[in-house]
Amino acid sequence: MNNISAIAGVVIKEMYRRKDFYVLFVLTALITLLLGSVRFFNDDLIVRYLKDVCLLLIWMSSLVIAITTAARQIPAERESRTIFPLLAKPVGRGELIMGKFLGCWLACGLALLVFYFFFGMITASREHAWPLVSFFQEIWLHWICLGVVVALALLGSIIFAAPSSNATICFVAVAFILFAGGHLSHLANGMRGMAGIIVYVIYYLIPHLEWYYSAQDLVVHDWGRIDWLYWGVATIYGLLYSGFLLSAAWLAFRRRSLTS
Amino acid sequence: MSTVLEITDLRVEYPSRDLRQGPKLAVNGLNLSVSSGEVFGFLGPNGAGKTTTMNVLLGFVNATAGSASIFGVDVRQPIARQRIGYLPELTYYYKFLNTEELLRFYARIFHIPRREREQRIGAVLKLVELEGARKRLIKTYSKGMQQRVGLAQALINNPDLLILDEPTSGLDPLGRMKVREIIQRLKEEGKTVFFASHELGEVETVCDRVAILHEGSLRIEGRVSDLLNQFHCNLEHVFLKVVGYQLKS
Repeated sequence: MNNISAIAGVVIKEMYRRKDFYVLFVLTALITLLLGSVRFFNDDLIVRYLKDVCLLLIWMSSLVIAITTAARQIPAERESRTIFPLLAKPVGRGELIMGKFLGCWLACGLALLVFYFFFGMITASREHAWPLVSFFQEIWLHWICLGVVVALALLGSIIFAAPSSNATICFVAVAFILFAGGHLSHLANGMRGMAGIIVYVIYYLIPHLEWYYSAQDLVVHDWGRIDWLYWGVATIYGLLYSGFLLSAAWLAFRRRSLTS
Repeated sequence: MSTVLEITDLRVEYPSRDLRQGPKLAVNGLNLSVSSGEVFGFLGPNGAGKTTTMNVLLGFVNATAGSASIFGVDVRQPIARQRIGYLPELTYYYKFLNTEELLRFYARIFHIPRREREQRIGAVLKLVELEGARKRLIKTYSKGMQQRVGLAQALINNPDLLILDEPTSGLDPLGRMKVREIIQRLKEEGKTVFFASHELGEVETVCDRVAILHEGSLRIEGRVSDLLNQFHCNLEHVFLKVVGYQLKS
């Protein structure tokens, strides 16, 4: 655990010393502020729509941070050859992957806290209420979802040589899951034969990130908190998926030659 | 003297990029053993298999056949690297960290207790004469300074075995002298040093034993003094004869 936390610490240090993270944060904050300050005819539906847009923006920014940060971790170590002095020390490759995962995931969590705090302040100043439990559940589920995304990008970084191609594939895969993942079972119902079976298999294999995305409705529509049991099951589901993807990354990386 | 490093029948093949060709043989049946307290020179022309052998010892590359162990532990186990320090040929360190942060990170990996960690960082920075620049980002360092950072990180755990890959490559004469002095001091402290170098004069000065590798195979191995007596010439000429180079004079 010591090695994992040490590697995670370096990942976080690198992130806050890079400038691109701040650019993304300032952009998101500015647009949130702009949208939050707009008031159209005191119409509740419009306020909800604006909250929805702000949260979509936060989701997109967090996905950009998660994927771009995780996708470049191991390729950058290999390209700059910093992996050699690191793995010449008593560090296992599994610890390296776990450290990178933990660093990226924690950094995403910190970014989420800042984004949601900012968003919460603006909505609270407009609506004179801050449903903390709903916010907590939404942030938590969002963070768990990002854990799966980070693990997916880390696995991709071991399979695909170029970080840019890995990041693009991850974006496409995550966007597909978020927008179409929930509809696959309906699609499979309407199909017959082998095609239907294949769509069903895909439906059961993919991590259902759209479940986590739908949690933002709690905040947008002020629906109150979800049952803690469902919240706990969603947490365990996300953690298991992250663990599965990280195990696959370790299996692919553990015997790989670092010099090829 | 106990055996620190042992290589038995090591064979390393790389898959060829050209599918019509077979795998490329980098190391072929290498047997080597280094005892505690020795300074061992690992020599050979470019492409002889020195770096590949070091990569196997450090777990970067897997052997196709044979085995290697450090302090009796199979090199594939991360714990085999607990008592070693490694200096790569070129400097590869996190440019966004300063030297103190880098050394603290590596010290944490070696499980050095917090209080001892700071003392150790101070000691190695003093040894490589980088105390005044400890808070500066590594990317602002000159090449010589970066090489000294490399030496500092290799010594942070007070290793019993140092693996140095061309430690004086690219250094000015002063830098080379400093590195040589440090190797000499480590030898006096009873540390084992295993290093690859093309600087044969330097090897002759500091090494107890050498091995010369050519085209992946071990051509000769022995004490420096014995080799010089056997061939009646200096180490450079021994090297040239062993790799089959015909001197004109």
